[in-house]
Amino acid sequence: MTDNIHPLTRAALPGLTQRYASEKRFRLIGLSAVVLSLSFLVFLIGGIAFRGMGAFVQTEMQIEVSAETVENHTGSSFALMRKISLENFEASARSERRLSVSMVGEGADEDLENALADLGSFSGTARVWVRASDDIDVAWKADLDPEMMTTLRPKQVEWLQALANEDRLRTSFNTGFFTNGDSREAERAGIGGAFVGSLLTLSVCLLLSFAVGILAAIYLEEFAVKNKFTAFLEVNINNLATVPSIIFGLLGLAVFLNVFGLPRSSSLVGGMVLALMTLPTIIIASRVSLQAVPPSIREAALGLGATRVQAVFHHVLPLALPGMLTGTILGMARALGETAPLLMIGMVAFIADVPGGFTDPATALPVQVYLWSDIPERAFAEKTSGAILVLLVFLLLMNLTAIIMRKKLEKKW
Amino acid sequence: MADVKSQVSLTRPNSKLREQAIKVSLMASSMIAVLVTIGIVFSLAVEALRFFSEVNVFDFLFGSEWSPQTAMRADQVASKGAFGALPLLAGTFLISIIALMVAAPFGIYSAVYLAEYASSKRRAVLKPALEILAGVPTVVYGFFAAIVIAPAIRGWGQAIGLDIASESALAAGLVMGVMIIPLVSSISDDVITAVPSALREGSVGLGATKSETIRRVVLPAALPGIAGGLMLAASRAVGETMIVVMAAGLAANLTFNPLEAVTTVTVQIVMLLTGDQEFDSTKTLAAFALGLALFVITLVFNIIGNMIVNRFKEAYD
Repeated sequence: MTDNIHPLTRAALPGLTQRYASEKRFRLIGLSAVVLSLSFLVFLIGGIAFRGMGAFVQTEMQIEVSAETVENHTGSSFALMRKISLENFEASARSERRLSVSMVGEGADEDLENALADLGSFSGTARVWVRASDDIDVAWKADLDPEMMTTLRPKQVEWLQALANEDRLRTSFNTGFFTNGDSREAERAGIGGAFVGSLLTLSVCLLLSFAVGILAAIYLEEFAVKNKFTAFLEVNINNLATVPSIIFGLLGLAVFLNVFGLPRSSSLVGGMVLALMTLPTIIIASRVSLQAVPPSIREAALGLGATRVQAVFHHVLPLALPGMLTGTILGMARALGETAPLLMIGMVAFIADVPGGFTDPATALPVQVYLWSDIPERAFAEKTSGAILVLLVFLLLMNLTAIIMRKKLEKKW
Repeated sequence: MADVKSQVSLTRPNSKLREQAIKVSLMASSMIAVLVTIGIVFSLAVEALRFFSEVNVFDFLFGSEWSPQTAMRADQVASKGAFGALPLLAGTFLISIIALMVAAPFGIYSAVYLAEYASSKRRAVLKPALEILAGVPTVVYGFFAAIVIAPAIRGWGQAIGLDIASESALAAGLVMGVMIIPLVSSISDDVITAVPSALREGSVGLGATKSETIRRVVLPAALPGIAGGLMLAASRAVGETMIVVMAAGLAANLTFNPLEAVTTVTVQIVMLLTGDQEFDSTKTLAAFALGLALFVITLVFNIIGNMIVNRFKEAYD
């Protein structure tokens, strides 16, 4: 652009080159502001994905089982697992015996039991895969990085090296991460309970906020007379949309728990609180999509003798519904990621069971993230990132659904 | 199913009643929004009043010492200074100001680029991409601030000989700033687009380059609207909870040094209410008093911000 300027112009306008240079600079600053913001997003999601991928797999170790030990054993499989670990990792001193037992993880006895059942009867020795302890898991996933083995004793590191040299360590898909409830033991802790909790909470939230939100929007857009009261309603709803989410939690605590006496920590109360929070969003989105329906539709229906209610419910609402649904999905996505109000109503307790109903104590996915992030154990850092990844995948799916729906169903009048 | 005539005469009054019922339920639904507001104001006000019957309002607002734990002892329930909210308010504003210092340049420059320079194709990609930043759950930002940003800042500080707290206000503020970039950017974008093109054309016609036009004409014209947008962003930052709960400090510390740990109003509400305690203790009531303060502050910010933005848009209509 700078090159094809006439020399006379250049002479007449001194400093033009600098002015064009600063034009370019300014444009570049604008672009880099966008690019830097987006690269932070990539950095954020990439960093968490990098940390969290490990949560979806678990380390297993191959141990030797002799038929003799199995046949002579009477008692629980837990005790058998103990005996077999002692055999596998030669421990001389008393203190080393404990170290050898803690090589295998929580639930290794179940793996052993299943493996033996599959094996049937055997003679001599067999090799079976069992879950490794979380410390071994962390070390193996970090490729035996010495910095990640600080929790292991020298003897355990020795055993671990030996296993690695004999190729007796592997990682397999961690189904427990998706199905288990929370646990104090990292090997057992999963997001199953939190996921079900989120699902229950969101269904309560959806039921309440969708019904109320759409009806309120219809009233404001189609029936309300323009007067001071309606203006007040409108200001009210707009302000409610900007109230910090934690305030809704306080409302839930004071009203739903203390006045109505609903069960603390339950997904029912969680859903109600989130419904109040998403209500303004849904009302605003629904009003916008009602406004987009051209008045000719209403007039045609009224002209053919329909009542106002009929005109709205038979003709306007079906046309506005896709837009309303899109707004609702976006509201639900926000509710899924919300943590603060749930902390206020006690959905932050340690809950090992998967909730079975709306009144059972429950947590939600983001609350689980918060709870795990507080645990200093290394294995939980990985779990936290893993849970975040699952949460982000769901949010992405919901947002994509909303975008696709908007594209497909949107009508241009 | 007799004859049609009686059917019609029968359903008519019936359906009128039904329509009336539908209208009433529609109106009732929209009243729920008002009920929620009333519920918020009342529940906060009632509990806060109970709190103020034990602790003086002025001690709460202007006291510089916050240590609710010591008030657990019976003989200290009404001890002066234990519930001074000044350090919390100072911490909240410190972190919000850091957040705005990040969000304002990034948000405004992004908006300028998107509104004035980007082709409509590029804009259609970049704008929703920026919005993703606002869609990431705050608990994710909090986790990221605590395990990546805070240690990194601390490490840099050590490298140049600065002692930075591991829960510094800086880490929480920076990450919160990134979170509100889309908010600042989308409001600024609206405001910049609302500046009439006659102003731009006049400037360009006089020989100004595009960037000169933007800097000397468009941005000064859009400034009040952008300021209003920043107020709205500040309100969001003040009410934000999870980032500060996970990345900011717990101990009340009256300081404006961004390298030290400070605590915020929202952090203290969470701390006061997530332990196991009786509901009527002064501690839990204090949480509601803090909630009321938070509600009032964000409401005022929002009202002022919206007023400025709306007045600005009307001025050019």
